[in-house]
Amino acid sequence: MRLKTFAGGIHPPGNKQWSAHKPIEDCPLPAEFIVPLAQHIGAPSIVCVAVGQQVAKGQEIGSAKGFVSVPVHAPTSGEVVAIEHRAHPWGPALAAVVIKPDGEDRWSTELQPAAPGDLSADDMVERVRLAGVVGMGGAAFPAHVKMSPPPEKKIHTLIFNGVECEPYLTADHRMMLEEPERILQGVALLQYVLGAERVVIGIEANKPDAIALFTEHCAGTPVEVVALQVKYPQGAEKQLIAAVTGKEVPSGGLPMDIGVAVHNVSTAAAVTDAIVHGRPLIERVCTVTGSAIREPKNLRIRIGTPLSHLVDICGGLVEPPGKVIMGGPMMGFTQLGLHVPATKGTSGLLLLRTAEVDLNEEGPCIRCARCLQACPINLQPTTIAAYARRDLVAEAAEHRAMDCIECGSCSYVCPAVIPLVQAIRYGKAAILAKKRNSP
Amino acid sequence: MNQQLYLSSSPHIHSGETTTKVMRAVLYSLLPACGVAVYFFGPSALSVLLIATLGCLATEAVCQRLMGQPVTIVDGSAAITGVLLALNLPPSSPWWLTLLGAVIAIAIGKQVYGGLGSNPFNPALVARVVLLISFPVQMTTWSAPAPLGSGLDLVTTATPLGAWKNAVMLTGKLPAEMHGSMADYFLGNMPGCIGEVSALALLLGAAYLFYRRILTWHIPTAFVGSVVLLSGLFWLINPAKYPNPVFHLLTGGLILGAFYMATDMVTTPVSRKGMLLFGVGCGLLTVLIRLFGGYPEGVSFAILLMNAATPLIDRYLRPRTFGVLAGKA
Repeated sequence: MRLKTFAGGIHPPGNKQWSAHKPIEDCPLPAEFIVPLAQHIGAPSIVCVAVGQQVAKGQEIGSAKGFVSVPVHAPTSGEVVAIEHRAHPWGPALAAVVIKPDGEDRWSTELQPAAPGDLSADDMVERVRLAGVVGMGGAAFPAHVKMSPPPEKKIHTLIFNGVECEPYLTADHRMMLEEPERILQGVALLQYVLGAERVVIGIEANKPDAIALFTEHCAGTPVEVVALQVKYPQGAEKQLIAAVTGKEVPSGGLPMDIGVAVHNVSTAAAVTDAIVHGRPLIERVCTVTGSAIREPKNLRIRIGTPLSHLVDICGGLVEPPGKVIMGGPMMGFTQLGLHVPATKGTSGLLLLRTAEVDLNEEGPCIRCARCLQACPINLQPTTIAAYARRDLVAEAAEHRAMDCIECGSCSYVCPAVIPLVQAIRYGKAAILAKKRNSP
Repeated sequence: MNQQLYLSSSPHIHSGETTTKVMRAVLYSLLPACGVAVYFFGPSALSVLLIATLGCLATEAVCQRLMGQPVTIVDGSAAITGVLLALNLPPSSPWWLTLLGAVIAIAIGKQVYGGLGSNPFNPALVARVVLLISFPVQMTTWSAPAPLGSGLDLVTTATPLGAWKNAVMLTGKLPAEMHGSMADYFLGNMPGCIGEVSALALLLGAAYLFYRRILTWHIPTAFVGSVVLLSGLFWLINPAKYPNPVFHLLTGGLILGAFYMATDMVTTPVSRKGMLLFGVGCGLLTVLIRLFGGYPEGVSFAILLMNAATPLIDRYLRPRTFGVLAGKA
């Protein structure tokens, strides 16, 4: 059978073999949790506990501010020892609640399990919102927002993202293998809430065990399992929709504009926890990997665990890393150190050795057009980057810089090692700044 | 953990393919053609190859030194220009002609525009055309092949295309007898430029470049295809006057041009649609020059003319952005 896919893209080495076969392990509690109030796209939550206060596992410690925002919860029971600015994965220090665990790991008594049959769709969305569920693929967009599209945007196709196209990462893969029921319950709940007619789970062909397992579980249900050709960035929302449905999300639009919604498979599991068990999002699976780590693992971590603790649990470092990356190597963020905490979007911790850090010097563009062939959006990355670097903002915009999804495929393939996507990001920021400043 | 960490924005990995590796691969791919040239034309071909390559490297180094820029001759691009220039010269080229060509290619064809990546025209072809116009005698003195070990000396003769053109101009008809068979043309046993004679060797090298994904099919297919179609049309109309498409394909510089000169990344369009248009333009111009122009061969002129059109093609034939419906901006 010919596997489905999208146009463009690249084939970076998967490097998943280091952790793909490792069952998920529960990460022991660290000595201290650093829980940032800003972990999602949208307004940061507002702290609602005080220093010295005892908190229970799952208790709200930061309240949502506005619609595109979610609350933050205590990852374990213990004492709030500080509320201060701490190192944050996004770079600058941001407000965080620091919790010292009491070791009891006692759940809050306020959490209410519910039978899904007793709940309306609106109740379910509210439970997901209160549980602080965000997209688990890495972008951390509040899940309840995608579950409540405006009434004129009818969702007919619901796609679950089990692609995990980022090299090295295996968290979603292990989730699919080990917790298919929890995921599929969330799939059914999301289908009910959105009223979608077609439900698809997209999985890349490098996870044949997951494809087989889900095909078996979904037999006799309306859920389709679609095997996809292995290619980056297939997990990008628009590319996944194109691969599965053959339809393109309009430029500047959202999936709901063509009646589609996409959720990560791990988000579906978190939705199950929220709706059925009333449990907030306080833990996730994170792949700790890279050649600088002694024993790569898939860990079930509590949100707010310092990265240094994850490294300790994985046997420590083989050698001091040259780069600490939160997420995968294509779209992850380099970190200032291991004192930074894991957040709701931390799908992976990748430690590269200094020798692996790419330090090739940039040369002139030889117009080889590889970036055009790699670009999943069909842009001309080299042209846009050249305009952006010369601050020719209008020209960059005219070449559709704003359509760039920043997947980095262009930079990956460029033989002249030009920082193409980096320049385009700069150009996009300049375009937005210009828009804000003009009346 | 008290040590230095690299901070950068994503992506954090690279394919490992670099400009130097690409250039080296192109050089390797030209080895079969160089080998065939030396086999058929002996030491004279070897000396043209060496003088052109060393001349290009030296000119690049001198230009960059004079301009106070870092010397980048190890990137392989100047060496490619040198080899391609040699392949586009007659085997009997005198040393000064070859050296002059090398200086023109690098200094006027490349460095005055800003060096690698900035030149609008294929540097080797700029040099070839300057030499062809300035030194028509030396540039159109062709040698019959004298394979190594055959004991033959290089004797002056006409290329198949030249012989045909002469005959048509004098008699209005194809020459009664063409030198060589189609098999000779394919293997390279015919008079011509050093590198254009063996289609087999050139295609072998091109296959390697396809395998390395350095070459895409768009320009060569469009170029060769349009030559075959248009020359075939004329041949069908009047086979007594116009040679058949296979003759067009195998004699002259079409294969060298279509696979190596018209695919020079720097001077050709970046979009697939643009590459196809570029290739078709090259093909049409080549046939028109061959059939109706003053020169027997038109590949070089065709490519240079399409080089000039490249910025325009890039401007108007942009790929359709994902999510933008056809017909809308």
